Amino acid sequence: MKTTLRRAIVPGAAALALAASLAACGDSNTNTAGDTAASDGSSTLSGKLAGGGSSAQGTAQQAWMAAFQQSNSGVSITYDPVGSGTGRTSFESGAYAFAGSDAFIANPSDEYTAAKKTCGADPIEVPSYISPIAVVFNLKGVDSLKLDAKTIANIFNGTIKKWNDPQIASQNDGVSLPDTAIHTVHRSDDSGTTQNFTEYLSKAGEGAWKDEASQTWPSTDGLSGNGTSGVITSIKGGDGTIGYADASQAGGLGVVSIKVGSSYNAPSPDGAASVVANSQLDASATDSQLIYDVNRTDTADGAYPLLLVSYLLACPTYADASTAAMVKGYLSYIVSQEGQQAGASAAGSAPLSSDTSDKAAAILDKIAGQ
Amino acid sequence: MSTGSSLTPPPAVSARRGRLALGDRIFAASARGAGLLILLVLAGVFVFLLIQGAPGLSVDPKEYGQGFDSFWAYAGPLLFGTIFISLLALVVAVPFALAVALFISHYAPRRLATPVAYVIDLLAAVPSVVFGLWGGRALSQALKPVINWLGEYLNWIPLFKGPASPNGQTALTAGLVLGVMILPIITAISREVFAQTPRLNEEAAIGLGATRWEVLRLAVFPYAKSGVIAGIMLGLGRALGETMAVTMVYSSSPKYMLNIIGDTSPQTIAANIANNYAEASADKQHVLIAAGLVLFAFTFVVNFIARWAIGRGERKLAR
Amino acid sequence: MNAVAVVPSTFAHPRLPRWAPLVVAVAALAVGGLLGLLLGWGPVAIVLVSGLFYVVGLPAWSRVLEGPRAATDRLMTNLVWGAFAVVCVPLLWLLWNVVQKGAPHVTGHFLSTSMRGVFGSMEGGILHAIQGTVIVTLAATVIAVPIGLMTAIYLIEYGRGSRLAKVITFLVDVMTGIPSIVAGLFALSLLVLFFGPAFRAGIGGAIALALLMTPTVVRSAEEMLRLVPGDLREASYALGVPKWRTILKVVMPTAIGGIVTGVVLAISRVIGETAPLLVTAGYNDSMNGNLFSGRMTTLPVYIFNQYKTPGAVPLGAHAADPPGYARAWAAALVLIVIVMILNLIARIIGKIFAPKTGR
Repeated sequence: MKTTLRRAIVPGAAALALAASLAACGDSNTNTAGDTAASDGSSTLSGKLAGGGSSAQGTAQQAWMAAFQQSNSGVSITYDPVGSGTGRTSFESGAYAFAGSDAFIANPSDEYTAAKKTCGADPIEVPSYISPIAVVFNLKGVDSLKLDAKTIANIFNGTIKKWNDPQIASQNDGVSLPDTAIHTVHRSDDSGTTQNFTEYLSKAGEGAWKDEASQTWPSTDGLSGNGTSGVITSIKGGDGTIGYADASQAGGLGVVSIKVGSSYNAPSPDGAASVVANSQLDASATDSQLIYDVNRTDTADGAYPLLLVSYLLACPTYADASTAAMVKGYLSYIVSQEGQQAGASAAGSAPLSSDTSDKAAAILDKIAGQ
Repeated sequence: MSTGSSLTPPPAVSARRGRLALGDRIFAASARGAGLLILLVLAGVFVFLLIQGAPGLSVDPKEYGQGFDSFWAYAGPLLFGTIFISLLALVVAVPFALAVALFISHYAPRRLATPVAYVIDLLAAVPSVVFGLWGGRALSQALKPVINWLGEYLNWIPLFKGPASPNGQTALTAGLVLGVMILPIITAISREVFAQTPRLNEEAAIGLGATRWEVLRLAVFPYAKSGVIAGIMLGLGRALGETMAVTMVYSSSPKYMLNIIGDTSPQTIAANIANNYAEASADKQHVLIAAGLVLFAFTFVVNFIARWAIGRGERKLAR
Repeated sequence: MNAVAVVPSTFAHPRLPRWAPLVVAVAALAVGGLLGLLLGWGPVAIVLVSGLFYVVGLPAWSRVLEGPRAATDRLMTNLVWGAFAVVCVPLLWLLWNVVQKGAPHVTGHFLSTSMRGVFGSMEGGILHAIQGTVIVTLAATVIAVPIGLMTAIYLIEYGRGSRLAKVITFLVDVMTGIPSIVAGLFALSLLVLFFGPAFRAGIGGAIALALLMTPTVVRSAEEMLRLVPGDLREASYALGVPKWRTILKVVMPTAIGGIVTGVVLAISRVIGETAPLLVTAGYNDSMNGNLFSGRMTTLPVYIFNQYKTPGAVPLGAHAADPPGYARAWAAALVLIVIVMILNLIARIIGKIFAPKTGR
C-alpha cells in the first residue's frame, strides 16, 4: 500500500508542479516573463479592454494593439477576430466594449434597436479600415488583364466560360489567351468582401449581375475557399482560376485592372481612399455616425471603387469610466493619421484621408463615462 | 475450519464489514452519478440545440441563402453531404485501420510493433488545422494528376464524372484527409482489443493446425467484434463532427451531387456552420443551430441502426 | 485394425521454397517497370503496379502449390503488410511537411515570448499559446477523465445489462457526433447563463473540450473493462475483497494499458481543437495563467489565427508567403512535440500501474 501511494505521488506532484509554474508564469498581463514589449509607463490608462468582430481588420488591429499597448503599458486589449456578424451581436449584448464590422448597422433594424438599447443612445460608427478588393487570377503566361465591370460580372455569373472569349480578348490586345475553361473562385464563408464585391457588380455591372448584393455568394457552382487565405490558396493551386480577395494578400497572382471612366486602374490604396473621401454619407447617418454609401460608379482619375470599408462600433457613454477612457483612447489612436499609417503599413490597407480622420476623431471625442 | 463455535462472525469483522459496505455504497453511488451526469449533459446539449434551433425552422427564406426557399431545401443537401463525405472517409479508413491494427497486434515483429503504435497515436494528435493546411495545399496538388486521369478515363462512373477540378480541392481529397484523421482512432481501439484475446483460444486454434489468418478468423475476430465496432463508431463520430479539415481542404457548396472530382463538392453540416456562423445575423445563427440539430438527430439514427444490427447478429449467434 | 485414414494436412502439401517471395517481388518490379517504360508512367504508378502484382502473384503461386488455405493466409499477410506500407505514406509525408516547414522557425525567442506587441513580419512567440494549451487541456482532462472512467465502471461493473446502462452507452455514442463548434456554442451559452454575456475564459474552453473528450474515454474504457476476465474478479471476491477495492486494484490495473490508450486518444483529439476555443476562450496576445478570468490562447487557435490573418503580401511580390504561415507551421511542430511528450508520459504511467504479467 505504501508503494502505491508513493507511486501515485510522483506523477501527481509533477502534474501539479507543471500547472502551478505555468499559472504563475503569467498571472498579470503586463511586465511578465514572456511579454517582450518595452513598457513606457507615462500613461494613466489601465485595465482590460475587450473587442472583436471583423477579421478583415484583424491584421491592422494587431498593429494598433501593439502600438497602443506600448505607449499605455497598463492596458491589455484583446480583439477576437470572430467575424463582423458575431462582433455586432456581441457588441449589442454588451459582451464587447467595441466591435469591428465590415457593414455598418442599418437604421432602422432590429440590430440598431438592440445597439441603441445597450448604449443608451445612438451607437457611434466610424470607419477605421479601407482595403481595395483585387480580382486576381492564375493563368499561365498572363500577368495582368483589363476588364470592365460588365465582363467581370459575366465571368462570375457563368455567362463567359472560356478565357479567349471575345468580351475578354477585345479589352486585352496583344495578350495571348488560351482556349481553356474559366474556373471562378468565391468565398465559401459569409463575408464583407463578398458583400462589397457583389454590390460593386450590381451597381457598376450595367445589369449583367442579376442577384442582390449579399454576404453569401448567390450560387452553388464554382470553386470556393474559406477566408481570404482559402481563396488565395485555391487560386494559386490551379491554372485557369479567377477570384476576388483582399488586395493585401494578392501578391504573386495576376491582377485585373478594372475600368474606371475611360481608363483601367489597378488596385491601389490611394485609389480606394479617394473613392471613400468623395462618397456621400449614408442617408440614415446621425451626428455620431460616419457611415458611407460608397460610390461604386466613381469615374475620377485613379479611383478604385472596388473596396471594403470596415467600421468601428462604440457607445457614446459607458457605465464604467475607465472603460470609456480606454475605448476613447484606443479608437482615437486608430483613426488618427499616425494609427492609420501604422495599420496601412502592416496590413496593406488604405489610410483614411486626413479629413475623414478629423471627422472621426471629433465624433470619438464625445465618448465619456457615465 | 472453526471447531463448533458460533457461526456469527466476531464483532470486529462485523464492524469492518459495515465500513466496507459504506465504501461500496459510496463508490457505487459515484459511478452511477457519473453515468447520470453524462445523461444530464447530453440532455442539456439537446435542449440547447432545440431552444436555439427551433426558431431557425421558420425564418425569412432569404436567410437560407443561395436561392433556398425552405429549411429542408437548405438542410437536405447538407445532410446528404455529411453522409457522403463520412461514408467516403469510412471506406478509406476502415480497411486500412483494421489492417494496421492486425499488423501491430499479430503480424509485426515485436520490436517494430511498439514504435509503429506510437507513431500512429501521434497521427491522432495532429491538430485538424494542420490537416487542413496539408490537405488543402500539399495533398490536393499531389492528387491533381490522379484526378485528371480519373476524369478522363473513368468518367462513365457517376463518382468521377468531372470535369476535373484545376486545383485538386475535391471531395476525393477531403475523403482521404478525413480517412487519415479517423484511422488512428479505429486502429488504437482495435489493436487493444485484438491484443486482449485470450491466449488459450489462439493457441487452441494453432494446435488444430490453423494458419495465421484462420486463427484470427476463428479466435480473435468473434472476441473483438464489439470493440472494433465501438472503434468504428468513434471514428465515424469524429468524421461527422469534423469542422476545420473539411472547411480548409476542399471547395464545397450545399448541393446534391455524386461527383467527387469536380470544381465543387457536397458540403457537410459542420462545415456549413463553421463557414457561416461568424458573420451570421441572429436569425441565421438559429438556422445554423437547427442544422446542428439535424446532425444530432442523424447521429442518433445511425447509432440506433448500428446497435440494432449488432444486436441482431448476437441474437443469431445465441440461437 | 485398419490403418487410420490418412487425413490430408498442410504438412503433407508441398511448401513454397523460402526464396519464393523474393522471386515474386523481383518479377513484380520487372513487370511494373516494363509496363511503366512502355506506357510512360511515373515512379508512383510503377510502384503501385508492382505492389499489386506482388500481392496477387504470390498467393496465386501458393494456391497452385500449397492449397487454398495457405494461399488465403499468404494473401492476408500481403494485404496487411501492404496496408501498413500504404498508411505510412501520408503519415510520414504529413510529419515531414510539418517538420520541414516549421523547424526553421522554432527558435529560442519563439518559444519564450508571447505575441504582445508583435505585428507584421516581426518574429513573435508562442509561450502564451503553449501555456494556454497546457492549462486548458489539463483542466479538460481533470473534468472528463474521472467522469468518463466512473461511467465506464458503472456500465460494466454495476449496471451491466441494465436498461440505464444500455441507454447511457447509446447516448455516449451519439455524443461522439457532436460537431466541435456546437460543443463550443453550448459551453458558451452555459457561461453566458451563469456569468453574463461578456464572460470569456479558459474554463469555457475546458468545458467544451471535456464534452468532446468524454465519449472517447467512456467507450474505450468500457471496452477494455469488458475484456477483463470474470475469473479475476471472482478470485478477488473469494478472498473477501470488497467490490470497490476489486475494481480499483484488480480490474483497472488489468485494463490500464487500454484505458491509458483511450485517455491519450481523447486528449490527442481535443488538444488540436480550434472552433470551440475560439468561441469560448477568445484570442489573446499576452500571457494569461488564470483559467477563470481573461481570454486564453491555445496553440491550435494561434495556428488558425496566423493562417487567417497572416499579414500582408504586397502586390507584385513574387509568390511569397505572408509571415503568418511560417509561424503557423512552427507552432504546429511545437504542438506535435508536446503531444509526443504527453504520450510518452502516459505510457510510462501505464507501465507503472500495470500488473506484472508474463505477457
